[in-house]
Amino acid sequence: MSLVDIADLTIRFVEKAALSGLSLSIDAGDRFGIIGESGSGKSLTALAIAGLLPDNAEVSGSISFDGAPLPADEKVMARLRGQKIGMVFQEPMTALNPLMRVGDQIAEAIALAHAAKQSTVGSLLSEVGLEGRHAERFPHQLSGGQRQRVMIAMALASAPDLMIADEPTSALDVITQRIVLDLIRDICERRQMTLIFISHDMRAVAALCDKVAVMRAGTLIEVGPVATVLADPQHAYTQKLVAATRMVPRQGEPHIAGKALLSVERVTRAFAQGGFWRARRQALLAVDDVSLTISSGECLALVGPSGCGKTTMARMIVGLDMASSGVMQLEDTRYRGTDLPSSRRADISLVFQDPFGSFDPRLTVAQSLGEPLRLVPGVTPMDRQLRIAEAIESVGLDRAMLVRYPHEFSGGQRQRLAIARALVTRPKLVVLDEPVSALDVSVRGDVLDLLARLQSQFGLTYLIISHDLDMVAAMADRVLVMEAGRIVEEGAPAALFAAPQHRLTKALIAARLPNIGA
Amino acid sequence: MNAQLFRAHPGLAIGLALTVIFALLALLSVVWTPFPIAEISVARRFATPGPDHWLGTDQLGRDMLSLIMFGTRTSFTVGAIAVLIGAGVGVPLGLAAAIYGGQVEWLVLRFSDLAFAFPAVVIAILIAALMGPGAGNAIIAIGIFNIPVFAQVARGGAIALSTLDFIAAARLAGLSKPGIAMRHLLPNITSLIIVQGTIQLSLGILAEAGLSYIGLGTQPPETSLGLMLRDAQSLFLIHPWLSVAPGLAIVLIVIALNIAGDGLRDALDPRLRRPGLANVAG
Repeated sequence: MSLVDIADLTIRFVEKAALSGLSLSIDAGDRFGIIGESGSGKSLTALAIAGLLPDNAEVSGSISFDGAPLPADEKVMARLRGQKIGMVFQEPMTALNPLMRVGDQIAEAIALAHAAKQSTVGSLLSEVGLEGRHAERFPHQLSGGQRQRVMIAMALASAPDLMIADEPTSALDVITQRIVLDLIRDICERRQMTLIFISHDMRAVAALCDKVAVMRAGTLIEVGPVATVLADPQHAYTQKLVAATRMVPRQGEPHIAGKALLSVERVTRAFAQGGFWRARRQALLAVDDVSLTISSGECLALVGPSGCGKTTMARMIVGLDMASSGVMQLEDTRYRGTDLPSSRRADISLVFQDPFGSFDPRLTVAQSLGEPLRLVPGVTPMDRQLRIAEAIESVGLDRAMLVRYPHEFSGGQRQRLAIARALVTRPKLVVLDEPVSALDVSVRGDVLDLLARLQSQFGLTYLIISHDLDMVAAMADRVLVMEAGRIVEEGAPAALFAAPQHRLTKALIAARLPNIGA
Repeated sequence: MNAQLFRAHPGLAIGLALTVIFALLALLSVVWTPFPIAEISVARRFATPGPDHWLGTDQLGRDMLSLIMFGTRTSFTVGAIAVLIGAGVGVPLGLAAAIYGGQVEWLVLRFSDLAFAFPAVVIAILIAALMGPGAGNAIIAIGIFNIPVFAQVARGGAIALSTLDFIAAARLAGLSKPGIAMRHLLPNITSLIIVQGTIQLSLGILAEAGLSYIGLGTQPPETSLGLMLRDAQSLFLIHPWLSVAPGLAIVLIVIALNIAGDGLRDALDPRLRRPGLANVAG
């Protein structure tokens, strides 16, 4: 019989329907994936099952859990949540109390569970692959993956019938993501627990779940076993999503690399670590004695797990941060970071990871796009208009959009605008910091195509910072692998991924989720 | 959009409406009061509220409604100019602290500690001792008290913003630090400053009443709500109305401004608009 039955569920906020007419049934023991892009209503569905909808939501339809409708009384519902449902959230740093030791937080979850068979903190920690000593730590003393394990341990405290995991891995890097996904699968199998796994990543769902529902704009598009839905999608939207997930390694000749455009010579960036006994602490080397060269016209990728120093490297190259030692050379200008002369700043631009934070909400798009033009001497107001319009049209948007404000655009459109801003000064080198990782899967392909087109059109040189190997394989001519501030391996993507030498490269490749339908 | 805003925040509507009523009364007193406030007439003193004198008359036969209108005007003027002084000096200081950091920030923070350590009354006594009492000196005293408040609000807002990518983008675009503060930081913290301004206005009105009451603020023949209280205190047992009326006016104005400030905060502050995001980050 089914554990969760949703019949004709509609959720409205003020005037807008966020979820309309959703009917789903989830059997006990299923590992059920819900896929959708941001705004598709997938998280809302999970909140509705857990009875955690915001107060201003108008709900119609019914949800029954284990054969009985969800209790309307908040106290009864809270007890049901505590005993039968465990939840794992996307961002473990904000889901944990920063002032409590994680062991105490797990103990609290156990105490609230009132389970017949009480688990202990130690057994839960070992079940999620942590050791007893981790119980004494505070959330900020754990890594992202360890925090997510603590969240899972808390969700397991009541030995729940159902675990709801809302994007549990999207804040983690590839290697940790794979480990956490495997952990969740093992636990579900061992405990015969039902799982609702919410994600925008088809491949994570394919790796973990046996049934999947595809949602879009508050409606259910398609539902069925993972193998059938992904191998033979019926609906056009699902087909598009599956196609977008499959990244094809780049075909054809590598870009013709010209003479060296930027060279980085033995650059080190040390951060002084705070603390009372300042003298005793060793400085943290975010970038440790790195040398690299980018030739004009090529597309170089810098990959590595989070915290390996790749973003710090990028910030020094574009002139937002200062190298502690070493020097960089852009053509014939030598600089160490923030001292990059403003006459050369127009030659390097940066595309940020998060398209939502990279635009001033109070400026129109035209004002934001025109901002870097102050670096270019002798631009008349007429020129300015022309170049802004040219930039926005080159990324496939309409020049009539220039008078709008950033909040009126979708994530994919904003990333296009960010690229337009990076191009407006006609730079030679464009540094792309995780250019698509904050975007929905279905628009990632479009943005990457756009980047490839712009590169050949304007003869740009790219430095891509990423942890996504498939994206790198689709874009780059040459890959540098970085670990703990050092470059550990280098090569062409095809050769490097076929025969990785370094331990980290091997781990990154092993953590790649299998391509679906391949 | 605006009607919707008021429906979502009824406090804002009530507070703003009450504030506007008092402000209009005060404004009206510039051109017209029912009776001239300096007109003393012993014959009609201690009149009870009636059709001639809506709020009665005081011990010198002056019309209470006229006095309250005039007093409200003094209160609003003093409070508003003090807010302008506080914001005009404090916001640039706070922004400078946020963008330059280091020694500039240390100086601004120590200055605000120093200013916080002396309440407005102490500063006012100091100024009155040096330059004599008067409304102008009350404005300066309250204004100085406002400076660190605005400096802290501006600094806090600017620091929260300065980690965002669009600030980095502006640095890449070659904008100077003051340029970033003017173009990107200031417009994005305006709502914070407006909310703080409303609350400081109510505190300023309260402080002005207090200073006038102890004789350091407005001097006769001008009047203010605090001065009216002072004049009426010796008669409180015989004619309580003379104290109650200006006291009630102060209470209503301060409550109205506080409700309006809270409402504005709910309506404007982006950190509260999306609950659960910034609250965790502190």
